[in-house]
Amino acid sequence: MMTNRGAGPERAGANILSVDNLTVALPEAGDREFAVSGVSFRIAAGETLCLVGESGSGKTVIADAIMGMLPPQLSVDSGIVRLEGEKLPPQRAAAFNAIRGRRMAIIFQDAVASLDPVQRVGRQLEEILAVHAVPRREWRGRIMDMLEAVRLPDPKNTFRAYPHQLSGGQAQRIVIAGALLLNPVLLIADEPTTAVDVTTQAEILKLISALQRERDASVLFITHDFGVVSEIADRICVMKDGELVEFGTADAILGSPRHAYTRKLLAAAVHSGKSTAGADGKPVLEADRLELSYRLGNMLERRYVHAVRDISLELREGQTLGIVGESGSGKSSVARCLLRLEKPDSGIIRFRGKDVTSIAGRELRELRARIQIVLQDPFSALNPRQKIRSAVAEGPIIHGHRRNDALRRADRLLRLTGLSEQAADRYPHEFSGGQRQRICIARALAVDPEVLIADEAVSALDVSIRAQILDLFRDLQRELGFAMLFITHDLSVAAAISDDILVIKDGAVVEAGPVQDVFGRPRSAYTRELLAAAPRFGGTAQA
Amino acid sequence: MTAFIAFKIFRAVVTLLVTVTLVFVFIRFSGDPAAALAPPDAPQEIIDQYAKAMGLDKPLWQQYAGYLGGIFRGDFGYSIHTGKSALTLFAERLPATLRLGGTALLIAILLGIPLGSVAALNRRTLLDRCVMAFSVFAFAMPNFLFGLIMILTGALVFNTYLGGSSGAGSWAGVLPPALTLGLAAMGSFARFARSSLLETINKPFMRAAEARGVPFLRRLVRHAAPNAAIPLVTLIGLSLGGLIAGSVVTEQVFAWPGVGQLLVRSVATRDIATVQFIVLAVAFTMVLANLMVDLLYLVIDPRIRAK
Amino acid sequence: MTRQPVPPAVKLSLCFIAFFVLIALFGQALSPHEFRDTSLIDRLKPPAFLGGPEQYMLGTDAKGRDLLVRLAVGARITLVVAIVGTLIGAVLGSLLGILAAARRGVAETVIVAAIDVQASLPIIVVALFVLAMFDNSFTLFLLLIGLTGWEVYARLMRGATLSAKEHGYVIAIRALGASPWRIYLRHILPNIVNIALVQFTVNLPLTVLLETALSFLGLGVQPPLTSLGQIMSEGRDRLLTAWWLTVFPGATIFFLALSISLVGDWLRDILDPTLRTEA
Repeated sequence: MMTNRGAGPERAGANILSVDNLTVALPEAGDREFAVSGVSFRIAAGETLCLVGESGSGKTVIADAIMGMLPPQLSVDSGIVRLEGEKLPPQRAAAFNAIRGRRMAIIFQDAVASLDPVQRVGRQLEEILAVHAVPRREWRGRIMDMLEAVRLPDPKNTFRAYPHQLSGGQAQRIVIAGALLLNPVLLIADEPTTAVDVTTQAEILKLISALQRERDASVLFITHDFGVVSEIADRICVMKDGELVEFGTADAILGSPRHAYTRKLLAAAVHSGKSTAGADGKPVLEADRLELSYRLGNMLERRYVHAVRDISLELREGQTLGIVGESGSGKSSVARCLLRLEKPDSGIIRFRGKDVTSIAGRELRELRARIQIVLQDPFSALNPRQKIRSAVAEGPIIHGHRRNDALRRADRLLRLTGLSEQAADRYPHEFSGGQRQRICIARALAVDPEVLIADEAVSALDVSIRAQILDLFRDLQRELGFAMLFITHDLSVAAAISDDILVIKDGAVVEAGPVQDVFGRPRSAYTRELLAAAPRFGGTAQA
Repeated sequence: MTAFIAFKIFRAVVTLLVTVTLVFVFIRFSGDPAAALAPPDAPQEIIDQYAKAMGLDKPLWQQYAGYLGGIFRGDFGYSIHTGKSALTLFAERLPATLRLGGTALLIAILLGIPLGSVAALNRRTLLDRCVMAFSVFAFAMPNFLFGLIMILTGALVFNTYLGGSSGAGSWAGVLPPALTLGLAAMGSFARFARSSLLETINKPFMRAAEARGVPFLRRLVRHAAPNAAIPLVTLIGLSLGGLIAGSVVTEQVFAWPGVGQLLVRSVATRDIATVQFIVLAVAFTMVLANLMVDLLYLVIDPRIRAK
Repeated sequence: MTRQPVPPAVKLSLCFIAFFVLIALFGQALSPHEFRDTSLIDRLKPPAFLGGPEQYMLGTDAKGRDLLVRLAVGARITLVVAIVGTLIGAVLGSLLGILAAARRGVAETVIVAAIDVQASLPIIVVALFVLAMFDNSFTLFLLLIGLTGWEVYARLMRGATLSAKEHGYVIAIRALGASPWRIYLRHILPNIVNIALVQFTVNLPLTVLLETALSFLGLGVQPPLTSLGQIMSEGRDRLLTAWWLTVFPGATIFFLALSISLVGDWLRDILDPTLRTEA
């Protein structure tokens, strides 16, 4: 653990930032009147305050208001924001230019997008010094020092690079370097690790903590992830629907949350592991040494991406197999192979013992009813022009059920997945992400599959919804008895739902075994690295 | 990067080759090419002579090879009516067309892009609406009508005839037809510059620059403008086709002694050799322009350079 | 989704288009004359409201033909050519684009090469080339106009189909075992047809302008048929003495193109937000 938890409040002589009774009004037509209503909090020198909440809770609006960068359609209704005891100018005022970047800085979620794509990274860092009137002779030295401080391996070349040549982690380091270049007293970090892998996330969090200590800056850290919170927070504000529901020290809130909503979020984040009922059924789906590469580029310049190099797996009746890997590890490509959406270059896929690696036409279409998939993005997964009932009934109709029969089936599954009767006659855009994911599950299960593949099926959902959908998967599996292949990058999700785990990296299996073994006594170095990087609650939240 | 350039050049060459072949096929199968190329009321012997001279008695592939060879040697046939080579006729007319087209493009760029940028920066104001209304007006206005209105205005108000070869000499003379020709492109540049700038202004890096304390004007000049200009390069390349098409009509309206007028006249008199040469020249110009746009991208957009 | 009120400019445009269509269909009934009736006595009469004879509301041309009737007939031809021509391009281009994306491989290479070739030749130049070699007939002219912009549809629809193929709902429906026909007709096509529709409204005024331009050059619709562009070209030499011969048809073309583009922009604004949220 690298937290400096507990150190903050004691040192809190002066407040760096104070927000008093901040209320931000939404435009009239919205579904609620205020984006943020009556929020007050303070951040002391050297302290890290975490602002936690799900999407739409108003946490980003607070950051915008502090930076004086509220979008024009939002306006501050009441409230005062002070930086080092001094009242900040009104929203969007030019006077903010002297404060932003110099006395307070912000870093955003998507670091690559935060950099001008057609300008070299170094020029963009120099610009910060230029607009804040730092003498030109100091530029080079200060920037090089800063690039080293954020631990970029090759400062000279990075200085000359364009943003697209950087990885997500490198770009985030550049953005952090820019933010801290003038030693601001306050750093606001708005979901800075949401778009990166766990291992990168761990490094970025460590970096922010270390730089904060070196420079004695205060940090306002905005996140939806309680794992991240437990790593870095001194104090925590929990937001819901624009209001602050709970405020306290990290120990108090993580240890004994008082508000029901906080408890719900925490419970959702620490999902208790699945009681592993021994799944010793017959093998349903087997893959043997799969390989798949995609061809990219044009006729003169062929490039191959070797997405799957060597994957073998066995899925038995009633079993849940978790496939864990970071982005680019080839886990989704494995799913596409198993569904036969892609034909593997080599290797064998068996369904119920029968080789289905190269079947085609009608035979393939019939196989497809037996293996179904639920995808990551619930918003693109439904045809926007098709009513829900018809979407769910389409599978059975394709596979020869009569229309009435199929519609009845659709209704039953919608009920089973927890959607109301009225839902069936609506279009997808009327539903939230979580509800859509329920519809997708209903659609997949309408054809009575023997295998359900969930490809990052809960990654796009808010934490509390995520827990509900995981529960739904489990309940449905118990009731209907399908085998499940659960693909995820999130170790806690994998641990919560799987019987067995397959860890993959660069398209090949790194480690496989029962979940207790893989996560409890990892054999490979890579699994250990993943586990170490994954944010967890330091013993407090297991209750 | 070399592979990128090689692929673009390869694609340009293929496109040209296909065009040349299509032209060949069309001429061969549109009836008897000898009869088409010979003077309208020539006796049969003359037509046969033509056929022989064109190698029509040889097998098709030899004709094709001969045709391609001719093109590479710069032999594009002779105009039936003037007896001059198509190349000479074209070369005589080219300077007038270049002056007209060049001025039109310049007008379109120098007026259109600033108009669109100003509109984007004053979004939803009266000024913005006026610019947008102008761009729709410019799009819908047929250039032959606009040209005639100009000539009419010139005659009634200023008592001069705008156009004709007399006007081709002076810079003042080139303005009325160039404005007519450039109007549509100006409208589309304004519209496109507006949307491109609006899109760029709302990009996350603009917000990030604001968060670093970069003042508005500097954000606009250093970050928004270079990024918004990239797609405009494509548009300028694309507008060439519209300018070429427009010059055919505009030259006719203003009796401008350029290639467009030559083309219309040659079509009316069925001067196949000349028409064919102009078609090939247009294709070559367009392909070359598109290639230049692609290569220009390498210079201005580092993301493409990296590929 | 809340419906925005229709802007006044769009209402006006719709009125003008309706007026234009009505004139095209029934305009002949407004005058006792046929569009080919010549009259040596009534040559170059100004419009009735400028002191010309009562019977010629908009005056007469150099052959003493009634301009109003000629405009009505010309409008009809212009309308037919514009709609049929634009439809040919839209259907042909869209089908080729979808085919290229659906089949990939050789079909795609050929179609993409064809798009490149078409994009390197302005359609007016292609039309002139073909008209130089073949006898001009109304059918040939219609086909040539039909080629206008096919490559734009092909390019757009190819891109849209390729991206739709990667959409979650298409993957899900493929995984359900749907046949390719079902996937394309019931899931992909309904979601990309808007794109072609928007392009149709962009192309329609372009087709009007191309037809009138070619006819103006004397290389489009040929007498005895007439079109708005052809009427203008006949009046061109009398610009100063009988301005109504060019101004009336010219203004009609301009307002038609203007109305269609305004309606098109409005349609795009309506259709595009849904495209964006669904993307």
